[in-house]
Amino acid sequence: MATDVSSCPLTQRQLIDEYFIEHRTKVLDIAAFLDRMDRAAARDGEDDFRFIAFRETLRELCSGVPGRIERVQMILSDRTTEPLAELDRKAAYGASIQRVPEQEEVRDGIH
Amino acid sequence: MEYIDLHAHMVSRTTDDYERMALSGCLALTEPAFWAGYDRRSVDVFADYFDRLTDFEPKRAALYGIQHYTWLCLNPKEGEDRELTRQVLDIIPEFLDKPNVLGIGEIGLNRVTRNELATFNDHVDLAVAHDQLIHIHTPHLEDKYKGTKAIVDALVADGRVQPGRVMVDHAEEHTLPMILEGGFWTGITLYPTTKTSPGRAVDMVERYGSERICVASACDWGPSDPLAVPRFILEMRRRGHGEDFIRKIVFENPVAFLGQSPKFQLPQARAASVVG
Repeated sequence: MATDVSSCPLTQRQLIDEYFIEHRTKVLDIAAFLDRMDRAAARDGEDDFRFIAFRETLRELCSGVPGRIERVQMILSDRTTEPLAELDRKAAYGASIQRVPEQEEVRDGIH
Repeated sequence: MEYIDLHAHMVSRTTDDYERMALSGCLALTEPAFWAGYDRRSVDVFADYFDRLTDFEPKRAALYGIQHYTWLCLNPKEGEDRELTRQVLDIIPEFLDKPNVLGIGEIGLNRVTRNELATFNDHVDLAVAHDQLIHIHTPHLEDKYKGTKAIVDALVADGRVQPGRVMVDHAEEHTLPMILEGGFWTGITLYPTTKTSPGRAVDMVERYGSERICVASACDWGPSDPLAVPRFILEMRRRGHGEDFIRKIVFENPVAFLGQSPKFQLPQARAASVVG
């Protein structure tokens, strides 16, 4: 494996000085999106698989354990292993409509 | 800084984009065959497409001093059509001797169907039979993990394939480790919304190092940025990384992978500055 793996060269204070504003903007966009969902003309998406996964990713962001990005990626991933019998559609949705009961076990395999 | 963009669909871009890439330091790029946004209905359309990739595009790039290389295949988005696949596979060998063809690509999976897997395996057979490098597309979004695992597992089990001659592209945080552990080269795609931002790409380089990792724009007909690699360079500098480390990822690594094809030639003035 690589020999030049490093931590981020910047200190936490430097990261905050350099990147706080752009990430503040991203957090505000998410907060506004959630408020917009509450104000929607019809509350017909509460059980949409994409919105369920989205809320699950938000809980992961509050974790104090490193590896949030991998765990968020897996929340948004199809964790089944069998190929589809035939093509159902061309495009991806961004979250998996497939649910697998043993997903925690599969997720633990990701590092 | 001089760089090589390993993945750029220039048939979808204007000549102005070639100029902007040249102005920002691009010396060479590779263009994998891809999906046109609609399914093509006959093998003749592919013959025309391959002709453009091997004749018109290298000429257009050369106007701005950019070396243009290409990869040929039927893209995974069309891989469900097994009959069209057979017809396209039949004509690809006619183009393999063209001077800018480096190998077979971008093959891979889209929705991870049985037919897509069969089409992927057919392309691997073709690459092995003609001793070609392989460039691989991994699926989008929720299909990425499943598809990447299927591809890596298939190639690792295939004793004919040398991992060091394969680029598995569009890696993200949850797929990059399995690709590197398989001994393959991997690409991180700097593409808005659906792939990786420059910031996340730098994170991955910090965490996994620079061995067998490249970055590319994958600019195409969708919202994308032909200057994505310079933006990665800028982000690396913003994080405090040194010029040698950056150069390894955006120039020396692509040279090391692509240089396995005897057709890949560095501009002479620059060749002397490349370290082993």
